[in-house]
Amino acid sequence: MSVVARSAHAPAGASPERPVAETPPVAETLASAEALAGHLASYEQMWLIRLFEEEAERQYKAARIGGYCHLSSGQEACTVAAVGAMREHDVLITGYRCHGFALARGVPPGEVMAELFGRSDGCARGRGGSMHLLDVERGFLGGWGIVGGQLPVATGAALGLVRRGRTAAVLCEMGDGAVNIGAFHESLNLAALWQLPIVYLIVNNEYGMGTSVQRASAEPELYRRAAAFRMHGERVDGDDIDAVSEAADRLLSRARTDRVPAVLEAVTYRYRGHSVADAGLAYRSREEIDARRREDPIERLGRRLIEMGAEEAELQQARARAQEAVVEAVVFAEQSPEPALDGLAHGVYAKGSDVQFERMRPGSPFGEQELVFGGGLGR
Amino acid sequence: MSAPLASPRARQSPGRESSASQRMTYREALRLALREEMARDERVFLMGEEVGLFEGAYKVSAGLLAEFGPERVRDTPISEEGFLGAGVGAAMLGQRPVVEIMTLNFLLVAMDQVVNHAAKVRAMFGGKVGCPLVIRSPGGAGNQLTAQHSQSFEGWLAGTPGLKVLAPANPADAKGLLKAAIRDEDPVLVLENLPIYKEKGDVPLDPEHVTPIGRAAIAREGTDITLVAHSFATVRSLEVAERLAERHGVSAEVVDLRSLRPLDVQTVAESVVKTSRAVCVEEGWPSYGVTAELAARIQSACFDDLDAPVERVGMAEVPLPYAKSLELAAMPGVERIEAAVLHTLGIS
Repeated sequence: MSVVARSAHAPAGASPERPVAETPPVAETLASAEALAGHLASYEQMWLIRLFEEEAERQYKAARIGGYCHLSSGQEACTVAAVGAMREHDVLITGYRCHGFALARGVPPGEVMAELFGRSDGCARGRGGSMHLLDVERGFLGGWGIVGGQLPVATGAALGLVRRGRTAAVLCEMGDGAVNIGAFHESLNLAALWQLPIVYLIVNNEYGMGTSVQRASAEPELYRRAAAFRMHGERVDGDDIDAVSEAADRLLSRARTDRVPAVLEAVTYRYRGHSVADAGLAYRSREEIDARRREDPIERLGRRLIEMGAEEAELQQARARAQEAVVEAVVFAEQSPEPALDGLAHGVYAKGSDVQFERMRPGSPFGEQELVFGGGLGR
Repeated sequence: MSAPLASPRARQSPGRESSASQRMTYREALRLALREEMARDERVFLMGEEVGLFEGAYKVSAGLLAEFGPERVRDTPISEEGFLGAGVGAAMLGQRPVVEIMTLNFLLVAMDQVVNHAAKVRAMFGGKVGCPLVIRSPGGAGNQLTAQHSQSFEGWLAGTPGLKVLAPANPADAKGLLKAAIRDEDPVLVLENLPIYKEKGDVPLDPEHVTPIGRAAIAREGTDITLVAHSFATVRSLEVAERLAERHGVSAEVVDLRSLRPLDVQTVAESVVKTSRAVCVEEGWPSYGVTAELAARIQSACFDDLDAPVERVGMAEVPLPYAKSLELAAMPGVERIEAAVLHTLGIS
């Protein structure tokens, strides 16, 4: 698959204008020091995600994590760069391959691991698991489990930002498989029609479960679909952190200030299967995976950092800090208590709703237990 | 259209039923039904996500792409409304599409095609055209798949006129009911269940063995109380019946509904008249569910024979939580079914 950056239907003035004036040397040095620090931080975040995912797989195989567990190893560059382009008041909404997005947005790794363990200190209090991470304070309104289901929700979140008068935007992540669901087209149309501040990020890892993009999409250059809604769309190399950063920053900025929605397709690759239960070899070759691993985005950024003047030791320290964070996350998750069984029905409805339900209790004592099992709704 | 479109007819059945059977899993029994019906009738074809190259998300269609080719085993994009609706149209043209929806939860994306289109075809067009579509999909909970992937909508679907809804509980019925669905002239949902895909049982090998639609089965005979269930709830109810016999000397009869629409009220009523007590079990939420329907039917048909109110056991009425302990507490497990039976019998 070609990963050459392309764009379709770029409105006039869409490409960023580079300042022509010469930059003074001092500012240049400061800028490059800042760039180096920023890239080092991204490098550490990418390692955090990679090592977290590897630990999650180990914990899943040790049966401490259940359900579905979709790993994102190999996709760290586009995750870190796209989330890195978000501002404080922006909103993030994703599909179910969301561990990396949560970590990149700053959700404490311990709260993410505790959620995977189903513990009460998990970011969704042990109710959501791997697919349904969230962090309301950090504007992360959820990992969602039905392919494409998050798109209308994200579109509505953008509408919510507009109605609240916020200069902020939504970053809506989806996989390449989501573009063929009806909600994709309905959402893009609404966003274009209502000029909503949203960037739809298609993380194209080349396979929707076991079906390649070529076998699923009549137009495999997915960003081109934006043109059907007169929306800007472009494709970047999702493993090139600079390319994703530049595009995400430009598109999110425009969404915030000018209310122009866009599609950003980041072409990347997932090393592991669709989920931990899938070996990932029924539909692609070992050679293909090995070839992609040789172009690893983390190593790629590491080489770039050395070119930029970073010391090898700094890279090793960044990785060690990430490793330490993962170890601490597991300890935090282990120490977090299991959710209380008598709270099973808590949080299904808003506080105070139990009054509305109290007369629904049927005559039979056993039936009452059925309906309000766990000691009351909405408390 | 009054004249049927030119389409090849199904081959006539080759001969008498043989009595041979083979032990196999529920999953293998479904696969055997698909193979036999595809071999018998070239109008039968499969559509769904990952049914071909990937051999099915749950491997029900394993080997079928190799045997029948990509024209008849069609991988689809993730677009349930589109390909399920395509099944409606192809069925109206006399084809026999079998649409696999990876899990019942994803059927919700296509509900407009199921309820507003497939279910309406025959009646809305004055009986002039039918929709012989089969939709297969597994539901159920118990694997920590969380709120969006752990649901049972049998009651919702079976409450829709125009649809037929089947829910096999064992491998023999999985094969027999799927075959009946494929041979039926109306849209039929075959609701499977994730936890019982691996359950084994004896399955008749005769390609003409078909389980009739609209007929419940007495899965276990008993005299003291009737447990009415379908799908995985039948498996659990049978387990409870054994426990009740061992621990309390209770003789429980288990009626396996097999077919939810049409519902075999007669078999249920005959059993309850015999035992005078009934506990209805389902994996879905009981409010407005299959057990609600059963309770109404039983009190209507057996009012004078009942010695206790009809009891219901189902999923706790919450979106299913992820944590294993919470999920187990929410599910209609063996302990809760047993407690309901003892309560109904007045045994403390």
